[in-house]
Amino acid sequence: MTPGSSKSRDALIWTVALIALALVAPYFLYPVFLMRALCLALFACAFNLLLGYVGLLSFGHAAFMGSAAYITAHTVKIWGWPPEFGILAGVAVAALLGAAFGWLAIRRQGIYFAMITLALAQMVAFFALEVPFTGGEDGIQAVPRGHLLGFIDLDNTFTMYYFVLAIFLIGFAIIQRTVNSPFGQVIKAIRDNEPRAISLGYRAERYKLLAFVLSAALAGLAGATKCLVLNLASLTDVDWTTSGEVVLMTLVGGVGTALGPVVGAFIIVTMENYLAQMGSWVTIIEGVIFVVCVLTFRRGIIGVIAPYLIGREQPPIAAPSTETP
Amino acid sequence: MFPWFHIAIPPAPALFAQLLVGLINGSFYAMLSLGLAIIFGLLNIINFAHGAQYMMGAFCAWFLLNWLGIGYWPSLVIAPIVVGIVGIAIERLLLRHIARLDHLYGLLLTFGLALIIEGVFRQQFGSSGLPYTIPAELQGGRNLGFMFLPIYRGWVIVFSLAVCLVTWFVIERTRLGAFLRAATENPSLVQAFGIDVPRMVTLTYGAGVGLAALAGVLAAPIYQVSPLMGSNIIIVVFAVVVIGGMGSILGAIVSGFALGLIEGLTKVFYPEASSTVIFLIMALVLLVKPAGLFGRVS
Repeated sequence: MTPGSSKSRDALIWTVALIALALVAPYFLYPVFLMRALCLALFACAFNLLLGYVGLLSFGHAAFMGSAAYITAHTVKIWGWPPEFGILAGVAVAALLGAAFGWLAIRRQGIYFAMITLALAQMVAFFALEVPFTGGEDGIQAVPRGHLLGFIDLDNTFTMYYFVLAIFLIGFAIIQRTVNSPFGQVIKAIRDNEPRAISLGYRAERYKLLAFVLSAALAGLAGATKCLVLNLASLTDVDWTTSGEVVLMTLVGGVGTALGPVVGAFIIVTMENYLAQMGSWVTIIEGVIFVVCVLTFRRGIIGVIAPYLIGREQPPIAAPSTETP
Repeated sequence: MFPWFHIAIPPAPALFAQLLVGLINGSFYAMLSLGLAIIFGLLNIINFAHGAQYMMGAFCAWFLLNWLGIGYWPSLVIAPIVVGIVGIAIERLLLRHIARLDHLYGLLLTFGLALIIEGVFRQQFGSSGLPYTIPAELQGGRNLGFMFLPIYRGWVIVFSLAVCLVTWFVIERTRLGAFLRAATENPSLVQAFGIDVPRMVTLTYGAGVGLAALAGVLAAPIYQVSPLMGSNIIIVVFAVVVIGGMGSILGAIVSGFALGLIEGLTKVFYPEASSTVIFLIMALVLLVKPAGLFGRVS
C-alpha cells in the first residue's frame, strides 16, 4: 500500500470516528454547550480558511458572525420567517458585508490588513450599539427557534443538536472542499509567494476577495445558527473580544490545519464554561494562552500531533510563516 | 426614530466646545499614534498593548496620588518612566524572542499582553472609573469671549503638541534620531558601524510605551481612570494610523490632531456618526490612497 492511500485511509477512519462521537455526544454532555461549541468551531474554521490558507489575519471576524446573528434574530422574531430562511438571510448579509470589507482590506497586507479589519468591525459594533433594531445593550432576546421546513420542531433540544451538527458538517465540508480544490491550491500559492502567483497570471486580489467572502459567509452561518441555539443576538457577538477569541481558538488548535480550529474552539469554550464565575480571570488566562502559544507553541495542538495520528511526513506549514526569508 | 438626515446649525459656543473636545481627543490620538509609529519603525510590530500601557500610565498616576501622596507634576515624569521600564522588560523577555518571526506574531503577542494587563486591572478595580482631580494650578477656566476654556484642557493641548514636536525634532533633527532612522532602514549595517542596535530597539520600545503612559497621565483628570480606557481608544488609534500611514512621524501627529477635530465637528453637525466617522474616513482613504495620506509605498 502506498503511503498516500494509507494517509487518506487514516484520515477516513478519523473522520468516521469523530462523526460517530459527535452523534452520541449529546447523550453524555450538555447539548446546549455542545451546540455553542460547534457554532464557534465553525466560526473558527471559517477564520482559519483565511489565516491558514490565504495567510490573511482578519481581526474583525466578529462583524460577520454578529451581523448575521442580528439579521437572523430580526427576520425570525419580528418578521416571523422560518429558521432556514432566517439563517440564509443572515448568511447573505454576512457575505455582502464580507465583500465590502474584503474589497477595502485587501488593498493592504500583513499588519495593516489586521488593523483595517479590526477598525471596520469596530464600526459595525458602534453601529449595532446605536441603531434601534439591534436592541442596544439588551440585544434581541427570546428569538424563537421555529420549525425547520415547517414540520421539524427545533425547540426539542436533540433535534436542534442534530440540526446544528448538520450545519457544522456542511460548513466544514465546504471548507475542506475549497481548500483541496484547484482554487485552494491557488490561494495557498498566494499565501506562500504572492508576487510569484501574480507573475504566473493569477489575479491574486480576486482570489483573496473570494476567499474573504466565503470565510465571512461561513462565519455568518455560524453566527446565525448560534443565535437560534441561544435564542439571543447580542453586542458580544460583534465585539472585538470575539474577534480576538476566534484568533485564539485557531492558534491553540493549529493554524492551517483542518481540525485545529475545532479542537481550539472546544478547549476555549470549555474553559469559559468552567471559569464563567471568575470574572476577568477568563480574559487573563486567554491572554496568557496567547502569549505562551506565540512564544512556544506556534503549530498548535493539531499541528503538533497530526503527524503522529495520520503518519504525515511533515506538519503543514502554518501561516503566518514561522520564519521570514 | 433615528434622525438620519437631520442636520442642525448649532450655536457658536457649542461648536467651539465640541471643537475643543475634538482637539483634546486629537492630542491623545496624536501621542498614541506617534508611539505606535516609532515602535513600528524599529521593531516592525504593531504594539496592540499600546492602549493597555496608556491605561497603566493613568493608573500609575492614580496610585502615586492615592497611595504615596505624590501629585500630578511628579507623576508626569514618574509614570512614563515606570511604565516605560515595564515596556523594556516586555521587550527583553518576550518581544525579543519573536523578532525574527512574521510580524503578525508580534501583533498576537501584544494582543495577549493587552488582555492580561486589562484583565488584571479589571479584576482589581472593576469596570467603573476612578476620579483623578485636576492639579490646583490648572483648575478653573478662562472666558475667551467666544467660549469658556477650562485651563486644564488648554494645558493638555499645548503640552501634548509640545511633546509631539519635541519627539519629531529628536527623531528628524538630532544625531540620535539619525541613528534611529538608519537602524529602521538597515539594522545590520548600523550594527556593523558599532552601534548597539538591540539596546536601541529595547530603549525605543520603552520610549514608545512611555509616550503612551504620558498620554495616560494627561488623560487621567479628563476621563475617569478606568481599566477599559485603553481598549476604547486603541482601535480608533489604529484607524488613525491606517489613515496617516506609519511612514512619517509628522504624518502621525498631523493626522491625529486632524481626525480628533473632524470627530469633534461631526459631534456638532451629525452626532449619530461621531463614533464611526474616523472609520468611514479610513475606508475612503483606502479607496483613494491605500498607502495612507503620509505613507510610503512599501
